[in-house]
Amino acid sequence: MSKHLTNITLKVWRQAGPADAGHFETYTVPEISDEASFLEMLDILNERLISDGKEAVVFDHDCREGICGTCSLMIDGQAHGPQRGTATCQLHMRKFQSGDTITIEPWRASAFPIIKDLMVDRSAFDRIVEAGGFITAETGGAPDANLIPIPKPVADAAMDAAECIGCGACVAACPNGAANLFTGAKVAHLNLLPQGQAERFGRVEAMVETMDSYFGSCTNHGECEAACPKSISIDVIAVMNQDYRKSKFKNRKALARS
Amino acid sequence: MSMVLDSKIPHGPLADKWDEFKAHEKLVNPANKRKFKVIVVGTGLAGASAAATLAELGYQVDAFTFHDSPRRAHSIAAQGGINAAKNYKGDGDSVFRLFYDTIKGGDFRAREANVHRLAQVSVNIIDQMVAQGVPFAREYGGMLDNRSFGGAQVSRTFYARGQTGQQLLLGAYQQLARQVGTGGVRLFNRMELVDVVVIDGRAAGIVCRDLVTGEISSHAAHAVVLATGGYGNAFFLSTNAMQCNVTAAWRAHRKGAAFANPCYTQIHPTCIPQADDFQSKLTLMSESLRNDGRVWVPANPDETRSPDQVPEAERDYILERLYPSFGNLAPRDIASRAAKRSVDSGRGVGPLKNGVYLDFADAISRLGKETVKERYGNLFDMYERITGEDPYTVPMRIYPASHYTMGGLWVDYELMTTVPGLYAAGEANFSDHGANRLGASALMQGLADGYFVLPNTISNYLAGWLNKPIPGADHEGFKVAEREAADRFRQYLAIGGTRSPDWFHRELGKIIWDYCGMERTEQGLEKALSELPALHAEFKKDLRVTGTGDSLNQTLEKAGRVDDFFELGMLMCKDALERRESCGGHFRAEYQDDEGEAQRDDDNFAHVTAWEWSGNPMAPVENREPLEYEVVQLQKRSYK
Repeated sequence: MSKHLTNITLKVWRQAGPADAGHFETYTVPEISDEASFLEMLDILNERLISDGKEAVVFDHDCREGICGTCSLMIDGQAHGPQRGTATCQLHMRKFQSGDTITIEPWRASAFPIIKDLMVDRSAFDRIVEAGGFITAETGGAPDANLIPIPKPVADAAMDAAECIGCGACVAACPNGAANLFTGAKVAHLNLLPQGQAERFGRVEAMVETMDSYFGSCTNHGECEAACPKSISIDVIAVMNQDYRKSKFKNRKALARS
Repeated sequence: MSMVLDSKIPHGPLADKWDEFKAHEKLVNPANKRKFKVIVVGTGLAGASAAATLAELGYQVDAFTFHDSPRRAHSIAAQGGINAAKNYKGDGDSVFRLFYDTIKGGDFRAREANVHRLAQVSVNIIDQMVAQGVPFAREYGGMLDNRSFGGAQVSRTFYARGQTGQQLLLGAYQQLARQVGTGGVRLFNRMELVDVVVIDGRAAGIVCRDLVTGEISSHAAHAVVLATGGYGNAFFLSTNAMQCNVTAAWRAHRKGAAFANPCYTQIHPTCIPQADDFQSKLTLMSESLRNDGRVWVPANPDETRSPDQVPEAERDYILERLYPSFGNLAPRDIASRAAKRSVDSGRGVGPLKNGVYLDFADAISRLGKETVKERYGNLFDMYERITGEDPYTVPMRIYPASHYTMGGLWVDYELMTTVPGLYAAGEANFSDHGANRLGASALMQGLADGYFVLPNTISNYLAGWLNKPIPGADHEGFKVAEREAADRFRQYLAIGGTRSPDWFHRELGKIIWDYCGMERTEQGLEKALSELPALHAEFKKDLRVTGTGDSLNQTLEKAGRVDDFFELGMLMCKDALERRESCGGHFRAEYQDDEGEAQRDDDNFAHVTAWEWSGNPMAPVENREPLEYEVVQLQKRSYK
């Protein structure tokens, strides 16, 4: 049966809008079941705020199954909280103890401006994908799916990278606010596959340069991998860097021929 | 005033209908396509694939999502897989068999022509997604792997670990992103549709609310596509994402689009049972688990031993016993009812006795833990995170929950609603799954509609509008809709009552779950139909929305969605009441055979019910489209 935690103190970042100054508000949660998810605890807090006539705490969330990447939250200074490989929406109160004080903040990165309270704008991620995070294969005319055998280890490695949910924890955890894990994951997914070879070098060049126009630089702290709810390996950054370096030669050669 | 439901099914033999349509449809030449603006609302599988493909063809596309990014749409949460009649396994699959399985799975309540087309284009979907780099599971020789899903005796389900929906959605999203990057699509994120505008009998555009600023704006187009998902959150507790809602479809319904078969809702058998009253959503465990997991309950209702201590002879493997030929892979509606009956008979398991076991012990001893981990590792991890129990050592506990809705906006063969120029794609329409959807067929339908059906059919309508002026966003029709929407949101804020939108949503969901859930009765539905209007009236009197309308306000957003769920809930119950038979997900306790299986009434109910808005949510107008079967013979659906 479920147990209850008591006397939890929450310090929650409240900020009315992008241009407003923010501050911490302190709320108490007298009792909560350890079966509750972290976000259900916030739901309950919000119900109480509304019944007190106050504005609910704004936070991004949707699927609550750890796959859509909508949820965020720095919980006690850790992106997605204390449980490794777990998005905030899958974090449950059994990971906390009675009497805990929990600090909840939004992602903090200059590329992710705060919209309100705990919600940030992550559309810079979309700009990176728009720059090249795709394989150009317009609808219709695709060859039979089994025409190109893909060795299982290659498919598996691409899948490992493709698991990224685009939540932004890597950026939030990085002292430099770099997006190399996010970008590297997409580059590795597509560049490892045979279908991705035609645009391999153009892709990595466009994506890296778009990334650099929004985000900080990677200095190999590795905080991103530790924070990633899908435990994506920083190996993908190596794949990206290698292909980016090559692209500086390959793309120039291809241009010279044309 | 009764509407005409012309399904526009092409002539000719079933297998030739789609080719027949394509051979004779009106086209728009490539240079003229750029003269047309198409609005696509929703960026899940159907919306993203439609927006990307229409832009590739050359149409100007505006895509709208209430999410921060198109990649968040709830298609992403689909776990198990996508069906296609590739017959890569050589196990007897074919387009016809997929068509037949889908019709039968839907309990003979879907349109033959639509379903056959779906089975036909299923093979193209796999080709398309592989070309885009979707990392489907492979065998060691490099070929694509398949697994089995409920309601089929072949292996035709393609998958990417337990994240097939994610990988397919990211494929479609990337294709959409490419178009956004090149200017083919204008993307509007964090924008929610709050009304559909109909001028001179055709869809003229939409009115949206910017969720960040609260600003209301109008958007005009030649055609509008709603790919806005299903309405499973009417139950409050469901496996849908928290923000899934019926508003876009409902607003279209109020503007003249018929709503078909709203009582066809799918209760998925394998969800994690509710743990407590505060719970805000339920989590699905993929149907693919039933490939290797065995469903059982203790034979003795007073069983107190831990599951591993219960000897084989004292276990009841309910699905294997009741449905020997399909066993644990019986279709969802059937498996759900079997679980419900076990729990109702007091044999439920877990602390609240509200679940049944899904046991992997046999699979682990047969295949080894590593193989099981490879197949289902992420699902097992998710189960462990939510319940605190390790499914490698303790059987999972599962129970049915609302998951998918087969009903939706009525569409013809071309996916056009009863409002000219207004289309519905994916889960938002009613078209392909009849009274019950088979597993791994939602992804197939979403992508079929978006990639292969809509981009073909839309030109048949648009061609007639070449070089003809359409009303712009400054037309009075838009201004009226803008004012109405602004007033509506102002009103939610002004009520100043005592209850939050979530409180009302929870109460609404309880009524619908109790009386219009897994089992329905005339008496229960009538009770629901008396309680819902009263609760809705209370909502309008006692709602409390804090904050303001001119900055981001999630409580206000929720109020609008709950308001629409109320009206939809009434229609669901009304539809369930009028359908005096049991079929698929619609189980009326009065209509069952001696063995407790659904009793259809083909003489009186072999039709689609398409409801028309009358201005009063309690008095919708009923229209019927008869279902005519040319190829399939109606028969009792048996999985025994």
